[in-house]
Amino acid sequence: MKQKHLIEIAGALLLARWKQTLIAAIGVTFSIALFVTLLGFMEGLNNLLDGMVLNRTPHIRLYNDTQPSQNQPIDLSDEYKDHHNFISSIKPTNTRKEIYNAQKIIQKLNNDNRVVGVSAKLSAQVFYNYGNTDINGIINGLEVNKESKLFAFEEYLAKGNYQDLENIPNSIILGQGVAELINAQIDDLINITTSEGQQFSLKVVGFYQTGMAQIDKVQSYASLKTTRRIKGVSNNYVGDIQIKLKNLDKAPLTAIEYEKFFNLNAEDLQTANAQFETGSSVRSIISYAVGIALLIVSGFGIYNILNMLIYEKMDTIAILKATGYNSSDVKKIFISISLSIGLSGALFGVLLGYLLSNIVDTIPFDAPSVPNVTTYPIDYGVQYYSIAIIFAIIMTFLAGWLPAQKASKVDPVVIIRGK
Amino acid sequence: MAKKKVLEARAINKSFFDPVRVDVLKDISFDLNYGEYTSVIGRSGCGKSTLLYILSTMDTDFSGELLIDGITTKNKSEQELAAIRNEKIGFVFQFHYLLNEFSAIKNVMLPGYRLNKKSEEELEHKAYEALKALGIEKLAKKMANKLSGGEKQRVAIARALINDPHIIMCDEPTGNLDSKNADRVFNIFKELTEVYNKTLLVVTHDLEFANKTGRIIELEDGRIIRM
Repeated sequence: MKQKHLIEIAGALLLARWKQTLIAAIGVTFSIALFVTLLGFMEGLNNLLDGMVLNRTPHIRLYNDTQPSQNQPIDLSDEYKDHHNFISSIKPTNTRKEIYNAQKIIQKLNNDNRVVGVSAKLSAQVFYNYGNTDINGIINGLEVNKESKLFAFEEYLAKGNYQDLENIPNSIILGQGVAELINAQIDDLINITTSEGQQFSLKVVGFYQTGMAQIDKVQSYASLKTTRRIKGVSNNYVGDIQIKLKNLDKAPLTAIEYEKFFNLNAEDLQTANAQFETGSSVRSIISYAVGIALLIVSGFGIYNILNMLIYEKMDTIAILKATGYNSSDVKKIFISISLSIGLSGALFGVLLGYLLSNIVDTIPFDAPSVPNVTTYPIDYGVQYYSIAIIFAIIMTFLAGWLPAQKASKVDPVVIIRGK
Repeated sequence: MAKKKVLEARAINKSFFDPVRVDVLKDISFDLNYGEYTSVIGRSGCGKSTLLYILSTMDTDFSGELLIDGITTKNKSEQELAAIRNEKIGFVFQFHYLLNEFSAIKNVMLPGYRLNKKSEEELEHKAYEALKALGIEKLAKKMANKLSGGEKQRVAIARALINDPHIIMCDEPTGNLDSKNADRVFNIFKELTEVYNKTLLVVTHDLEFANKTGRIIELEDGRIIRM
């Protein structure tokens, strides 16, 4: 028996009830379209929200933490070697927070083929002077070009040009919140006081907006050079080394490796921002659940229509069986009807879904926290389309299975006798 | 030339158990030889249709043994029985039973598709020849539901012939045909047995029709009373 002929028979049966089959296919089309749109929209939103934090966060951050020594004097004593000791409230000694030999470490990291890029950072505690008031703040000294390339620095720039940080000496990009607090405009000169009591004048060249008021009210950004000058440290002083990896998922393991190798503290992104991952996966699960529910509903539609078709076509089934078609042929015929409804529905569904996504993509979305986003975010990931098609095929196969089973069990004698 | 048996029924018994036991067929045994034109007659309810369904291998719920072309149908799977029906038995029903979704010629070709021994072109040619032999080649492309009763019956006969079966079984083939069409069907069958050496088994209660056939098997209350 050639498949072609079974499909020909299936096609003829399908056309005999083309209105119902069309409705079933439209059901699949709509559920696939909504599935694709919903997931694309949800993931787009997820990416946007996660991106607000994750894009800007280094995958691994190397730093020198101030910690009390692991080896306390009592551990070295021969007399108490076999004893347990409890020491409470251990304090660290005054160690330097600088990363020793930072240039060599950066060079080594740049040669590591798992690493996309490395940028050095230095933070300084300052006060922004606003008349007689001092406002707490932090200035982050950055390698501006690398920071922009690796951690999307310029994407969150509300105003100004990030390269001015390098080109204009003693310049600063203020957090949007800070700028409002001290009433600063671009090209203004502002005064800051360092924690050591030194005063500096800095020129405002831009505003930065993360969307999180807590951060924007405190953080400002300057070049590494300017920050070193503010802190009064040498020209190779580095506080943090920020690493971007090729594969984000490998960050926790790589962090452990670097921690041992460089004898520094290393913090990976997953540990630092666990809550964001959780949030996005829950949102994804919800949208998958809704999408799959839609598909199941359309599956019941197919099931109904096939059942009706079988009752109507009992004679046809009986005659096919009487002339030598066996039950697996009959099953194949009805499953191909179901699958062709599913497949055509799914194909039109992804097309419609793509169109709907495009429409949603043009709806204005004015989010003050993300200055470079003007419309609703959509993720056009091919995975949603393929999941939708695969799931539609599986579902229509299952929806067709039971009716096909029923059709294959039709006893031709009963039908022919019944006339 | 020794006559070769195409169908042997040995001690076939069948009972319905719903709601009480009713023995429909009792100890039916007979042989059919190649080229025989046989009719089965009997009053309504005497079990002749039931017998036909058993002989056609569609009904397997009976005791006794059925051999088709020397091969027993006992313990055969549904698939094997379907293959036997497809290859060795042609069927003509009382109510024509064409597939309305297909044209006349496609209807004729359908069992051939299942057998899958000939190419599509050969099959179409053969179907066309069969229709031509029955004088309805002009209707080949017409949809089945646009045909008249007599035309449908002839298409059904062409369909029964497509796989060159050994035996053709008919259930009341003239049951709802006028006498002119009934005569035509009779003559077609006669030609099949005489010219093509086909075996025909016709269930009918048209005595006039039965009397013209070569052999009559008469059933009464589930037993053969004449053969």
